[in-house]
Amino acid sequence: MSRDQMTGSEIVLKALAEQGVDVIFGYPGGAVLPIYDALFQQNAVRHILVRQEAGAVHAAEGYARSTGKVGVVLVTSGPGATNAVTGLTDALMDSIPVVCLTGQVPTHLIGNDAFQEADTTGITRPCTKHNFLVKRMEDLARVMHEAFYIAQNGRPGPVVVDLPKDILQGLGEYQAASKSGHKSYRPQVKGDAGNISKAVELLAKAKKPLFYCGGGVINSGPAASQLLTDFVRMTGYPCTLTLMGLGALPATDKRFLGMVGMHGTYESNIAMHDCDVMVCVGARFDDRVTGNLAHFSPNSKKIHIDIDPSSINKNVRVDVPIVGDVGHVLEVMIKEWKAKQYKPDGKALDAWWKQIDEWRAVDCLKYDSKKDVIKPQYALERLQAITKKRSEEKGDVYFTTEVGQHQMWAAQFLHFNKPNRWMTSGGLGTMGYGLPAAMGVQVAHPDALVVDVAGEASILMNIQEMSTLAQYRLPVKVFILNNEYMGMVRQWQELLHGGRYSESYMESLPDFVKLAESFHAVGLRAEKPDQVDDLINEMIEIDKPVIADVMVDKAENVFPMIPSGAAHNEMLLGPEDRAEHAVSEDGMVLV
Amino acid sequence: MDEQIRFHTIAVLVENEPGVLARVVGLFSGRGYNIESLTVAEVDHKENLSRITLVTSGNVMVIEQIKAQLDRLVPVHSVKDLTLEGPHVAAELAMVKVAGTGDKRVEALRIADIFEATVQDTTLESFVFRLHGQSAKIDQFIGLMKPLGLVDVCRTGVVAMARGKEGI
Ligand SMILES: Cc1ncc(C[n+]2csc(CCOP(=O)(O)OP(=O)(O)O)c2C)c(N)n1
Ligand SMILES: [Mg+2]
Repeated sequence: MSRDQMTGSEIVLKALAEQGVDVIFGYPGGAVLPIYDALFQQNAVRHILVRQEAGAVHAAEGYARSTGKVGVVLVTSGPGATNAVTGLTDALMDSIPVVCLTGQVPTHLIGNDAFQEADTTGITRPCTKHNFLVKRMEDLARVMHEAFYIAQNGRPGPVVVDLPKDILQGLGEYQAASKSGHKSYRPQVKGDAGNISKAVELLAKAKKPLFYCGGGVINSGPAASQLLTDFVRMTGYPCTLTLMGLGALPATDKRFLGMVGMHGTYESNIAMHDCDVMVCVGARFDDRVTGNLAHFSPNSKKIHIDIDPSSINKNVRVDVPIVGDVGHVLEVMIKEWKAKQYKPDGKALDAWWKQIDEWRAVDCLKYDSKKDVIKPQYALERLQAITKKRSEEKGDVYFTTEVGQHQMWAAQFLHFNKPNRWMTSGGLGTMGYGLPAAMGVQVAHPDALVVDVAGEASILMNIQEMSTLAQYRLPVKVFILNNEYMGMVRQWQELLHGGRYSESYMESLPDFVKLAESFHAVGLRAEKPDQVDDLINEMIEIDKPVIADVMVDKAENVFPMIPSGAAHNEMLLGPEDRAEHAVSEDGMVLV
Repeated sequence: MDEQIRFHTIAVLVENEPGVLARVVGLFSGRGYNIESLTVAEVDHKENLSRITLVTSGNVMVIEQIKAQLDRLVPVHSVKDLTLEGPHVAAELAMVKVAGTGDKRVEALRIADIFEATVQDTTLESFVFRLHGQSAKIDQFIGLMKPLGLVDVCRTGVVAMARGKEGI
């Protein structure tokens, strides 16, 4: 063995180290045993052993979203890789940088239906930003570096590197990362100056302007969120955020109108419908936001800033497209605004705010409180209040969620004043995301308070990760809003399917307190409103994983709601608004 | 908005690596776009480049999406909309097998002559013609051969290039 030669596995680990990776989430198996052997003999990279590969990918997502770094996954061939597919799709939909290393059968067996062989690059092609199958030793180091480059540059996303066992065991030479970027993948970072000027002028002349901002702002880094906040404050314009964008502008800012979209606030959605200039920053006019496209914000000029050209003019035709990194573009926009000494149209803006304040006065998130039943909204309001106090005293709080009603209530009732504090599965809506994601967040931020706001159905989808929490002493708090229903499914059945609750009720749920105990965690339960504060206080004081089982009103629905296929101004504000009338035939086919 | 369906010829320069064609084809099937024709071959061995010529259809927004989606594939170097970017030349190659005897056989040969098709193979009962040119011309030739004993058609799909001195 010549001096510079090392095994494929060693090359993989050396590349991880060069890329600044300190932790990976994984699960072993035959095809990746050489990497596990190499891992055993080093200390640079820490390995977190999950209990199912889906958990590894969501954990890497949580890690990535709370740090801005790439999350790394290691799984075996065949079933290891196929179990990772949901997480990869989730990361693709929400633009999360993840590198997933998958084992593969040795190159000479590929295509032979060998034991634990799956066509991993074939299966993951449509659910990754890019993928590689390494067939030659001399490509290995370069491919590893390219995977990281692609995962985090441009619009971030998941990248799979499929590693045949003979490559992992073979000998080759290490190559450092090239400084010159990628041969064919060169995303545009700087926005077109002419279009930026046009956009700023349009904004300055607006009478009813609106900032509509999404996860792209968060992905662009904390500086972009700061620039957005500066720009919003400089102009005094109202701003709404998508589910993915929460935290990009502090929730305490009076210019923040709340979340937009199907379960967004009345004021956000109506402002979106009525505005005359909309600047979309790192969001993508997704159908959960636009509602019925034919009636979407009919009278506005639209500016769209996005690093991915394919996001522009995909669903909604815009007037001023700007392809570029949000942070760069906002910086130039602010400079331009200052240099040209633009001033907002004060009179028009006052009138616009007066209008918005009237919409705000509708108080769309109000709910009926009851004395003897815990309202899920109430539980979250208390969680928000108590954790806010704790964050002022002891540092950061991070929230993840599962998928369903609890997720929407969390988005409505929790407040985020900083980016990267809110992790939820937006694009794919993956039940089972929240617990492993919280695990990844806690690994990245060992001293922070990390809470997974969960539903009793979702939490069962990756409950096995409680065991991982115990092994690594990760004190994640699982806060279950237990309505004993797949609440979101039940809500649609109530509103759209004549109250026929087909298969949305689960009998024989586990006793979550005992379940927690069997996983070496602490179980707590609240059944009455006056127990909620004590439960939350106890939960955050315990230095161990906790499952808090909060028994909430089974019949509560999420409002406001724009039913599928309806327009923003056809919003249901509460139970008194009947959905059947708002939903067209066309709307019924939509999800 | 302009909903009219139009046909566009798009040239795509890609890295010649395994799976690149699967990415392009998967993009079209996954997102529900149409492929009217697709050709691909290596064009630069040293630089490891292949060129794909695609004919696709859709309204303005769909065509724009198709190009943006193609362009964001990692191994894609460049995407050019030949239909949009000015005049271009396009051609297709076809082989057409016709079987028959007597008058029909004579007529087939006569028409082939008019279309400047060459005879690639002949038996006493059949011809294989080869012709190239605009797709419409090939369509027309095939139409004429139908009553004369058309047996088999194979076409390459369109290859196309912008006029003038600029490269892709
Ligand atoms: C993996 C997966 N399967 C199915 C769904 C469809 N779905 C969306 S919400 C939901 C119910 C969630 O129930 P629960 O976790 O109890 O939350 P709740 O709505 O009651 O708050 C279902 C089944 C999904 N989003 N993800
Ligand atoms: Mg539930």
